[in-house]
Amino acid sequence: MEIIKSRKEYDAVIVGSGAGGGMSAKILAEKGLNVAIIEAGPYFDPAQDKYRTQLRPSWESPRRGSGSTRAFGDFDAAYGGWDIEGEPYTKTEGTDFGWFRSRMLGGRTNHWGRISLRFGPLDFKRKDWDGIGDNWPIGYEDVKPYYDRVDKMIGVFGSKEGIFNEPDGFFLPPPKPRLHELYYIKGARKAGIPVIPSRLSILTKRLNNNRGVCFYCGQCNRACQIYADFSAGTCLIFPAQKSTGRIDLYLNAMAKEVLTDGNGKATAVSYINKDDGSEQEIKAKVIVLGASACSTARILLNSKSATHPDGLGNSSGLIGRYLHDSTGTGRAALVPELMNRKIYNEDGVGGMHIYTPWWLNKEKLDFPRGYHLEIWGGMGMPSYGIGFDTTYLNSYFNETVGGYGDKLRDDVKRFFGSVMGISVRGESVPQFDNYCEIDPEVKDKWGIPVLRFHYKWTDYERLQARHAHETLENIFDAMGAIPMGDKPGADTDYGLAPPGLIIHEVGTTRMGDDPASSVTNRYNQLHDADNVFVVDAGVFVSQADKNPTWTIMALSIRASEYIVDQLQKQNL
Amino acid sequence: MDRRESIKTLLLGALGTSALINGCAPDHGDHRKLQDVYNFDSYGRTTEEKLRDADLFAENFFSDHEIETVAILCDLILPATDTAGSASDAHVPEFIDFMVKDAASLQGDFRTGIRWLDGYSKTKFGYDFSLITEAQKIEILDEIAYPDNATDENQAGIDFFRTIRNLTLTGYYTTQMGWDDLGYVGNRPNVWDGIPEEVLNEHELEYEPEWLAKCVDQTKHNITAEWDEDGNLIT
Repeated sequence: MEIIKSRKEYDAVIVGSGAGGGMSAKILAEKGLNVAIIEAGPYFDPAQDKYRTQLRPSWESPRRGSGSTRAFGDFDAAYGGWDIEGEPYTKTEGTDFGWFRSRMLGGRTNHWGRISLRFGPLDFKRKDWDGIGDNWPIGYEDVKPYYDRVDKMIGVFGSKEGIFNEPDGFFLPPPKPRLHELYYIKGARKAGIPVIPSRLSILTKRLNNNRGVCFYCGQCNRACQIYADFSAGTCLIFPAQKSTGRIDLYLNAMAKEVLTDGNGKATAVSYINKDDGSEQEIKAKVIVLGASACSTARILLNSKSATHPDGLGNSSGLIGRYLHDSTGTGRAALVPELMNRKIYNEDGVGGMHIYTPWWLNKEKLDFPRGYHLEIWGGMGMPSYGIGFDTTYLNSYFNETVGGYGDKLRDDVKRFFGSVMGISVRGESVPQFDNYCEIDPEVKDKWGIPVLRFHYKWTDYERLQARHAHETLENIFDAMGAIPMGDKPGADTDYGLAPPGLIIHEVGTTRMGDDPASSVTNRYNQLHDADNVFVVDAGVFVSQADKNPTWTIMALSIRASEYIVDQLQKQNL
Repeated sequence: MDRRESIKTLLLGALGTSALINGCAPDHGDHRKLQDVYNFDSYGRTTEEKLRDADLFAENFFSDHEIETVAILCDLILPATDTAGSASDAHVPEFIDFMVKDAASLQGDFRTGIRWLDGYSKTKFGYDFSLITEAQKIEILDEIAYPDNATDENQAGIDFFRTIRNLTLTGYYTTQMGWDDLGYVGNRPNVWDGIPEEVLNEHELEYEPEWLAKCVDQTKHNITAEWDEDGNLIT
């Protein structure tokens, strides 16, 4: 696709080409608006061989898929990671946060595990339920029609289960469970824990003629060359460009700030052209920020003017506040029944075929919010790491550890596919004191002031992780599996991953009806600037235990149609 | 090693990193490289990643003596069998030669590990490890290949052997030869329609009819999805 460098004025300029920005571009262009997308990274299309990593065997990477430049390994589609050269961020002493960024067309949707869960009625109103935190200004019924449209537009497999807080949608049929997943189902049920088919945005059945049907290589994180999984480039931006001709891409363009006129109204977005270092701007009637929760906060905080002295949209002082990520922990186990397996192709889809949604909403527990369980395992592609310390597994059977020669070959074969694991992903409680702000000293290599993070977990999250590890041992016990390593204790926050590691950070421009306690209104519009909208997860009041992408896209459709409506009424 | 450092190394030409670390003239450079075995021209790299790869390919870390010792160890760890080639048949030494440049934290492990091994071998048999007899090599291996036998004297050797065993196994089982030895048959387009019947039987498991009823009917996967108003799939 050609990169347009014209200086024409657009109806809308969108910062970011991920789930929120990509969806907004599609909706706005289809409604007849001329749209510019500013993306900080290069072009990416997994259908072109030069970008393709899918189906490449391990030896096509000299490091066999290990992660020297990409956090999730050489073949992962997402460029970038928690550390990007020249684009630092800082942390206040005694706090922790990791910020994953993916500079490329489609952003982080190119990596994500495609777990596509709707927030349920409770998830929008947690304060009503447990008295902690804040409610969203909108509820499930407001968002449901948009979830329905996302399901039909993008495709998600799953099953109708009728669970109150796990709303059903318009599902494609799920794949059959793998062998370790059948063992999990058996064990979880014995432990009194429910299991249902997973819900992933992967096409197990034809959805339309723009995209292919899954061919079960299990590599969605590598981005699918026939577009059988969702990413914002392949499923939103490309088809909308083709059908409307109204989307221009400005690539390698690092957004710097939103420019305003003397009345404080937004007029343009300025950006650094990374190819030559020049600063440029794009004028538009409406500014749509979908840069990711923290990038959007950074852009707004850096957009200072006489009318908006603390940053655009920041009269409440809340931009950057209530930053929160999902909680994460997990454990692996050896399943003796899966040793010496018959080997066959069980790649399946790129991710789990089954999962456990949170099941204890009605229980009295010593922590407020829930978690779900993701199951991994199987006979995956041997890549960097296979054989590492495999021989130590012999110690579970009081057999000799170590050695050389044919014994090692036997170890690799005996244990291949016998280890599975459970990842815990939970809801944290948003805190005013967890936030990002502009670091007064540090700038990135483009001269743009960077973010400084302050983030600490509370006992809500620690006690949740403790509970989760009890659950995992109960399930492993019931499966007859041998939990590996030690159960983490209080000294390690019960194995809780540092904030930012789960890459579900949200809440920095949260929505609300009161401009004093929120940054955006219920239509993702800045209280302080009518023609500026946020379509990423910054608007989340609380992040359920679920992955945020489906909700980002549902809200982006809703906000984008509101933009069109308000433009037609000449309110912007 | 970051990019700036690796450019510096390139500028230093023949006297590369190992000279800086050793402070003596190295004898490296003639052994075969991973990029001579495989073509890495296109595996979905960004511009920055291509530059980084090119730097690594141009670098040397091991001396000839070191890579020779690595190759001997690799083939003691995975000798050929009746049906599968050895570690060096699978170009594992070349892989390790690349990895120590790509993952710089390994460099110290290998340099000090090989030095320890030669020192131990000299004390015991009077020569570097590469020069002693096969039986003498095996005698040393039996002392460092089993972590439960660790003593103060051989701990460094056990640690090094663990590292090279791990990299040898990974380097081997990430090649076509390794995949064939393992019997791995994934990474190809197919239609997943559940666990093979004989495997279910062997494990005394079965799919529940209620669960199966929810799952994809692969005979209809190419028919475009349509739903009724309640979200029931009707095609």
